[in-house]
Amino acid sequence: MIDKVKIARQFTNAIPHSRALGMNLVDIDDGTATMELPYSDHLVGDPRTGVIAGGAVSALMDTCCGAAVMSHPSSPGGTATIDLRIDYMRAAAPGQTIRTVAQCYHITRSVAFVRATTYDDDPDNPVATASGAFTVEGMK
Amino acid sequence: MSRPRPEPVQVVKLRRDATLAALVDSVPYARFMGISFDRCGDELTGILTYDDKLIGNPLLPALHGGATAAFLELTAMITLSWSWLWEDIESGALDAQTLPESMPRLPKTVGFTVDYLRSGLPRDAYARARVNRSGRRYASVHVEGWQDNRDKLFAQATGHFVMPKRIQE
Repeated sequence: MIDKVKIARQFTNAIPHSRALGMNLVDIDDGTATMELPYSDHLVGDPRTGVIAGGAVSALMDTCCGAAVMSHPSSPGGTATIDLRIDYMRAAAPGQTIRTVAQCYHITRSVAFVRATTYDDDPDNPVATASGAFTVEGMK
Repeated sequence: MSRPRPEPVQVVKLRRDATLAALVDSVPYARFMGISFDRCGDELTGILTYDDKLIGNPLLPALHGGATAAFLELTAMITLSWSWLWEDIESGALDAQTLPESMPRLPKTVGFTVDYLRSGLPRDAYARARVNRSGRRYASVHVEGWQDNRDKLFAQATGHFVMPKRIQE
């Protein structure tokens, strides 16, 4: 059996954009993935408040959703985003690490469906939610 | 019947470019991503200059979906803010050159939906946004991204935004 944790960890480390932003894969298991993005000055979208850019949240959500798809027991390996919708509930608190939990809740031979939620240090108050569809592809 | 003489082209361009620069340079994430804007009159084109750090799939290679989303969102946000400020820029009410702190805040993203139509190639990308509705409180913006061929989009997105308060309000 293929070690999916190892694959996913390699996958995250092998993604130049995720590495450039400073993302870490925290946990991954059977269609669920958790990733973190520590606060950093280059992620800021509004220097007057120090709040990180929506784009940085999008990038974390997209990567985490991809990892969730790859970790699903029915996934043969690779994936790419078909569409992704993100709702921003509130600004992430400046200085805090943001954490995304993504779940691949349904998968067919060709499409995987994923939901994700992003939090800062307050676990009762999500920063953003996402839902999307991803391709299901074999390992190259 | 006489009408006022049009302003010299340098004055107009200087004012427009200073406002655009003040908008874009206020976002550190835009600098990190290598996003800039081309301006023709009031029309803006976002440019995502290629860099290896934008790659999401090194095997293909292809741009990261998150980088594409961030690029489209920033293009939508800057274009919306730009069109919203246009009258104040033209009248000179907004003076980005001498009063950069007079610049209003950027719109806030409520929701953003990206469709990935083909994989982003490892080269420069462009995007143009259209403001479909801009009300006092909310706005709806559509944005298209392409690379080599304007008619072959690699991604498109629609977003809803909450507008900042007008300065005079």
